[in-house]
Amino acid sequence: MNTMASGGGIKPKHQRLVLIVIALVALVGAGLLAAYALSNQASYFYVPADLVKDPPEQGRAIRLGGMVEKGSLKTRADGITIDFVVSDGKARVPVRFTGITPDLFVEASGVVAEGRMEGQTFVADNLLAKHDENYVPRQMGDMTPEQAKQVVAQTQ
Amino acid sequence: MIAEIGLAVLWMAAALAVLQLFAGFSALRPSGQVLVGVVRPLAVIQGLLVGISFLCLISLFLETDLSVKLVAANSHSMKPFIFKLAGTWGNHEGSMLLWITVMAISGGVVALVEKRLREDTLIATLAGQAFVSLGFYAFLLLSSNPFERLPEPAPEGQGLNPLLQDVGLAFHPPTLYVGYVGLSVAFSFAIGALITRDVGPAFARAMRPWVLGAWIFLTIGITAGSYWAYYTLGWGGWWFWDPVENASLMPWLAATALLHSSSVLASRNALRAWTVMLGVIAFSMSMVGTFLVRSGILTSVHAFAVDPERGSFILALLAIYIGGALALFGIRASTVTEGERFSLFSREASLVFNNVMLCGILGIVLLGTLYPLMTEAFDAKVSVGPPYFNPVSAIFAIPMMLMMGVGPLLRWRKDKPSRITATVAIPALVVALVLLGVVLMFPSIRILPMLGLAVGIGLAVGSWLPLKGRNLRRTPLAVWGMVLAHCGLGVALFGAASESAFSIERLAAMTVGDTQQVGPITVKLEGMGPIAGPNWTAIEATISASYNGGTPVMLRPQARTFTSPPGERTESALHTRWNGQLYAVLGNEGDDGRWQMRFWWKPFVPLIWLGGLLVAFGGLVALLGRVAQDVKRVRATDKIAFRKAQQDMLK
Amino acid sequence: MSEEAPKRSSLAIWLPLALFGAFFVLVIWGLYRPADRDVVSAFVGKPLPQFNLPAATADRPGLSTAQMTTGKPRLLNVFASWCVPCAVEAPQLEALRQQGVEIDGVAIRDRPEDLNRFLANYGNPFARIGKDDLSEVQVGIGSSGVPETFVIDGKGVIRHQHIGEIRPEDVPLILQKLKEAQS
Repeated sequence: MNTMASGGGIKPKHQRLVLIVIALVALVGAGLLAAYALSNQASYFYVPADLVKDPPEQGRAIRLGGMVEKGSLKTRADGITIDFVVSDGKARVPVRFTGITPDLFVEASGVVAEGRMEGQTFVADNLLAKHDENYVPRQMGDMTPEQAKQVVAQTQ
Repeated sequence: MIAEIGLAVLWMAAALAVLQLFAGFSALRPSGQVLVGVVRPLAVIQGLLVGISFLCLISLFLETDLSVKLVAANSHSMKPFIFKLAGTWGNHEGSMLLWITVMAISGGVVALVEKRLREDTLIATLAGQAFVSLGFYAFLLLSSNPFERLPEPAPEGQGLNPLLQDVGLAFHPPTLYVGYVGLSVAFSFAIGALITRDVGPAFARAMRPWVLGAWIFLTIGITAGSYWAYYTLGWGGWWFWDPVENASLMPWLAATALLHSSSVLASRNALRAWTVMLGVIAFSMSMVGTFLVRSGILTSVHAFAVDPERGSFILALLAIYIGGALALFGIRASTVTEGERFSLFSREASLVFNNVMLCGILGIVLLGTLYPLMTEAFDAKVSVGPPYFNPVSAIFAIPMMLMMGVGPLLRWRKDKPSRITATVAIPALVVALVLLGVVLMFPSIRILPMLGLAVGIGLAVGSWLPLKGRNLRRTPLAVWGMVLAHCGLGVALFGAASESAFSIERLAAMTVGDTQQVGPITVKLEGMGPIAGPNWTAIEATISASYNGGTPVMLRPQARTFTSPPGERTESALHTRWNGQLYAVLGNEGDDGRWQMRFWWKPFVPLIWLGGLLVAFGGLVALLGRVAQDVKRVRATDKIAFRKAQQDMLK
Repeated sequence: MSEEAPKRSSLAIWLPLALFGAFFVLVIWGLYRPADRDVVSAFVGKPLPQFNLPAATADRPGLSTAQMTTGKPRLLNVFASWCVPCAVEAPQLEALRQQGVEIDGVAIRDRPEDLNRFLANYGNPFARIGKDDLSEVQVGIGSSGVPETFVIDGKGVIRHQHIGEIRPEDVPLILQKLKEAQS
């Protein structure tokens, strides 16, 4: 960065220094800003157990992954708002979503919901269903076999 | 026979690239003077051979030669002509051959036409180009031979998947590819200039048309990709800050910075080391982008065939070329002497400012794209989306766009603020008035779209000011190009801000006969019916939409179910007006027989892509201007040389 | 041109290379981190759980853990008649059978009549077919979908897991894994 600045006019040295300082300030500022924004705006991934154990602040953008509990899916009277429960075998979180569900969204299958906690309910802006029979959300890859077993047992 | 010719020619080209590399480097030593004359012809012949090889592959695809593995796997005798053609590069092997074809032909063109650069720098450049292409030759010939024959010809090809028969998919990736590869030429020029310590205006002038050309392709590619995602994903959004999108945006940002800094170097002989650095960074971003997309290291909404092995290969190339170039930069940068000086209030300074801002955005995007990977190293799973990218990049983009209204009015080297105050007052007034108007009329919209509307209009108006006081017929094409491109960016920003501020969304469960009001448009569900395509069946909704009670138009969104391969997809329907677009998506049928429908009215949203195309068109005009100028200059020097020779003869 | 001697801090010049190095280390780690793409590879190297499945069809016996520890490596294929990719992999399974590989099947949540139709249409390469209506075996061996194919060695230990349908190009790898399981 310091290679590009060169001064002119009365005090060349001085001006060059000013340009370097501006560029450095801009870059350091960018770095700090990015770090700050990332720590605030990156949305963390939760499974229901984490969500219950260590609840995030209300209104903060997060993602929730788990299985849609069988028999929990209800459509409200407006025809476009649905309620369902996401569980991971340990904990259950009620979810509300208004919109068109993805093609592969069905009960007893995996889902990743993007949204935020409002009270005890997770309000989803977007649902990502698992793509096919062989797809497990990468974030759920670490569930222990025990957990996975329970999840499947629960959602049968 | 054609496949064998193609393969043989490709091997010959690879051999020539090896020769070109060694002849180039030997020619740079005092002992290797004999080889000086060899390098250019080598590059030209290499370009020709690879071109022939690529034509061979095209002809194999066009005649659907099913004894060739690649054709059998990716084509079909019943495919329409255009998709047979696109099938050539619509697969891994073919796209690698396209990559190397563009690379070798550009190398040949550089060797053929470039006369201004010092001979040794040009030879070092061509050697660098050979070095970069050798890695790709190795990959192509050793592990992904596109001309491989099957032991027995296949009875029929396997590539009749109508899902992939999409004009957008056929031409969008190669457009980006040409952009990426074009930046490799800039990279080679930077390497050549570093090797011979010849970083000067001649280097910048030689490199500039290539950067401009690559930049035009990238601009078109990004614009088209954004529109494609907008209408296929059915989410109503046009930019998702998805890794695949960021992978195309980052080279564009670096190329934009490079374009402007090479202008400073070409005209004013300043920003030398910085321009070289950007030449390296721009191509690095192309390779980083290709790597991120192909390796599957980041999860993305765009489906891509992912292969960790190919990822490792690209990563190895990345390490060799970019690591090597940065090391060379470290060694040689201290020998690049300082360029011309300029005052803090000059066009150079404004371009430096914009370069810093562009690099700031680039850093922000790169950091945000890689952040999920970084946190995974610490066992936290995050995703980074618009809440991070939008505000943080705006902090750099808004000052940059304001500066775009001022910079082009400034004089090179040194200027007085008082000279341009009156001129700048016009766009400044426009920005202030729009801002005031928006605040008064729509107090509820958020700060970013508000600024976007004001700055977008201000830039679209202010970008024309550099033409003020000029004789329009004598204004160089390059200036026109700049004006158009800057104006296009303002237009696109206005479209984006309008979409963000004024979009109206309506979600409803409807039965046939129901109506809904979406902003100024009344939509009515006229009917639902089944429809069948070549390998899918669909439920199609027929919707009439009437703008403010005017004549209704019909929209037909579908929910498609594919049979082979099985899958489901929604096809959104669009209705475009001069002042916006209606976007309709058909959802699922509820238990009570009502259909979920989703509508958006998006005022002025097409301006996003029209603006993008205007930016690309501006680039094209500037490129034509530059090339015409160069041709004129070459003719003039030829004429002078000719006269001189004549005079010498007469003596 | 300025004649001033170049004076730049050498540290700043090497900064881009250092940043690139950091990027490189990060993506190398990301690319080769264990258990990245292979979610259930945790089961490789573990013995089969105990199970005893009833026969799914009339002409093939059922499947139990004891029958799978015969000292000879074999394939365990998790499939279902309602799964389209399972039909796609049928020719490859048949080819494997013809090369002398013993293949056992687990039919997941299937109806006998559907299953019989499927086997009649696409061939029956299986030595035994167990009926798993609760996905208990499927979950027990770490399979998350159908089709999946496991290489089981002679002692009943899972040696390799193949997710998704077996394509012609996957056959050599599976044969190789079977060979490795022999030792």
